[in-house]
Amino acid sequence: MYLDPHTHMISRTTDDYERMAKAGVVAVIEPAFWVGQPRTHVGTYIDYLAWICGFERFRAGQFGIRHYCAVGLNSKEANHEELAEGVMEILPRFALKEGVVAIGEIGYDEQTALEEKYFRLQIELAKELHLPIMIHTPHRDKKKGTRRTMDVLEEHGFDPSWVVIDHNNEETVAEVLERGYFAAFSIYPHTKMGSRRMAEIVKRYGPERIIVDSACDWGISDPLAVPKTAELMRRMGIPEDHIRKVTYANALEVYGKSGQIREEDWLNPPPIDQRLLYMGNTILRGGQEPRIEEPRALEDSLEIR
Amino acid sequence: METSSPVEISAEDAAAIAEALASLVRERLEDEAWDWFARTRDMLRTSKEDRTLYIALGLAPRRLGKEDLLSSSPSSREIALIEKAAACRAGWSPRHWSVDQAARVVFLLTRYHGEEGEFFALMERLFRTADVGELICFYQALPLYPGQALYLQRAREGARTNMRPVFEAVAHRNPYPRERFDEEAWNQMVLKALFIESRLDPILGLDERANPELARMLLDYAHERWAAGRPVSPELWRCVGPFARDEALEDLGRVLDSDDPLERMAASLALAASPDPRARRLLEESGSEFARAALAGQLSWSGLAARMAS
Repeated sequence: MYLDPHTHMISRTTDDYERMAKAGVVAVIEPAFWVGQPRTHVGTYIDYLAWICGFERFRAGQFGIRHYCAVGLNSKEANHEELAEGVMEILPRFALKEGVVAIGEIGYDEQTALEEKYFRLQIELAKELHLPIMIHTPHRDKKKGTRRTMDVLEEHGFDPSWVVIDHNNEETVAEVLERGYFAAFSIYPHTKMGSRRMAEIVKRYGPERIIVDSACDWGISDPLAVPKTAELMRRMGIPEDHIRKVTYANALEVYGKSGQIREEDWLNPPPIDQRLLYMGNTILRGGQEPRIEEPRALEDSLEIR
Repeated sequence: METSSPVEISAEDAAAIAEALASLVRERLEDEAWDWFARTRDMLRTSKEDRTLYIALGLAPRRLGKEDLLSSSPSSREIALIEKAAACRAGWSPRHWSVDQAARVVFLLTRYHGEEGEFFALMERLFRTADVGELICFYQALPLYPGQALYLQRAREGARTNMRPVFEAVAHRNPYPRERFDEEAWNQMVLKALFIESRLDPILGLDERANPELARMLLDYAHERWAAGRPVSPELWRCVGPFARDEALEDLGRVLDSDDPLERMAASLALAASPDPRARRLLEESGSEFARAALAGQLSWSGLAARMAS
C-alpha cells in the first residue's frame, strides 16, 4: 500500500490513475501549484481550487484512489500582486474543504519580497486553521532558499513537526531533518531526485520523517515513482518497515494532523462515501495489502534518474 | 399519479424543515458534537457574514461525521422523525441523507432571513466554490430553498455534470426537476442519466413526465447503442412504452426475445403500457413468463430496478 503525497493529477490521464491503482497506490495528495500557463485573474484560480477539490477528487475515486488536496498560493504566482491579493482573500474558503490536508505548496521560487510576503501570510493562515504546511523549495539557489524557508517558519513559531519540506536533495536533507521537519523527496526524472539516490539517502539517514513522492505533473515525470522506488529499495535490502514509513506511514502521520486523512478512508470508508464518491480499490480486500498486478511494468524502469 | 404543480417554500416552511432536520441530527450525535452544532446554528441566526457560514459548512463533516442519517436498523422513533421531516415538503424525504448533509442544510436554512434574492445570491456563491461533497448536499436540498423558481438554471447546471453522484443529487429522489423542468430540460436529464450509466427508477415523476419527444430520443439512442454493439439499459423502455407504435413495436418485439431476462422483463412492461393493440398481441403470442405476468399486471418498473440492483 502506497501513499503518494505530492501529485498534480489535474495534469495526468486516466491511464495514470489505472496504473497507480494497480501498482498499489491507495491515496494521493494534490497540492495547488502553478499549472504551467500563468493565471491572469483570481476567477481562474477559484475554478482551479474548486476543480482539485471537486472533479479531480471524484475522478480519482472512480479508479479506487482516494484524493486529498493542499491549497495555497504558489510562490511563482505570488509575484503577480493583484492575483495574489485575490487568492489570499478566497483561500480561507477552500482551506476547510473536505480532504484538504495542508496549506501548500508554498514557499520560494526566486526568493522575492512578494514571495516572502505571501509566504508569511499563509503561515499565519495555517496557524489559524490548524493545518500542516507543504513547502516547495526553490529549484535555483536551493540550499539558501531552504534554509531561509525554515528561518521564516521559525520566526512565526510554526511547529516543524507540522511541516513537510519538499524537493530535498543530498545537500539539504541533513539540516532539514536536524531542525525537526519532515523531509520529502520528489522522484522526478532529470531534475529533482533519482530513485537509487533516494534509496541511498534512506540507508544513510534511516526512515524517520523521510517521505518519498512523485510530484508528477505536466512535465516529464512518473506517477509510478513511489511504487518503483519502494521496489528498488526492497532489492537494495532496505527493511520493509523502513520502506513502509517513507512511502506511506510518514506522510499519513504528518498530513493526518489535519484530521482530514485517515487509513480508514480507504480501508473502511463511511457508507455514504462508498455509495457516492469512492468506487473502492478492487485490489484491496478487507484491509489487506494490495497485490501488485503489474510487477513487469515496474521491472523495466525501477531506476528513475 | 402524483401532482407535479410547483411547490413554494415560505419562511415558515424553511424554519420547519430546519427544525425537523435538526431533530434528526440530534438523534445521531454525542453531546459534544451536538453542542457544537447548536452553538453554530445560534450564531448563524443573527450572522450576515459569509465567513461564519463558510466555516460552519466546512467544519460540519469534521465535527459531526458522515454517518447515514437513518441508522441501519432504525427505531420507530427515528422513522417517525423522518416522516415528520418529509411531511414538510411534498415529494421530498431526507431518508437517504447523511448527518453532515442534514446539518449543512440546517445551517443554510438558518441563514435565510426572509430575502429570497439575497439567499439565492449566497447559494450561488456557495455553489461556485463548493467541493464535491458540498455540491451533492446543495443540489439534493434544491427543493428546500425559498424562491424555488430562482434555482432553475442552477438545477439544469447540476443535471449537466459528469460527476455521477452530483447528477444524482439533482435527478434522484428530488422533486425539483419534476416540478420545474420544461420538457426540453426534462428529456435531457433522462437521457443524460442513461448516458452516464445512472438509474431511472429513482427519478421522481418519470412516468408522469414521459412524452413522445423523449420516447423518440430514447429510441434513437437505443439504435445508436445497438449499432455500436453496446447494451441498452432495460430501464430505457419505461419511457418508450406509453408511446410505442410501429417501429418501436418492432424494436420491443426483438427485445422481448432477448437472452437477458431483464431485457425481456422490460420489453414486457413497455409493451403492456403501449396504446397500440398490436403490442398486446405481441405479448399474447410470446407466451413467455414475463409476457404473461405483464398482461396480468404483476410486473412493475420498480421491480425491474430492484432486480437490476441485485
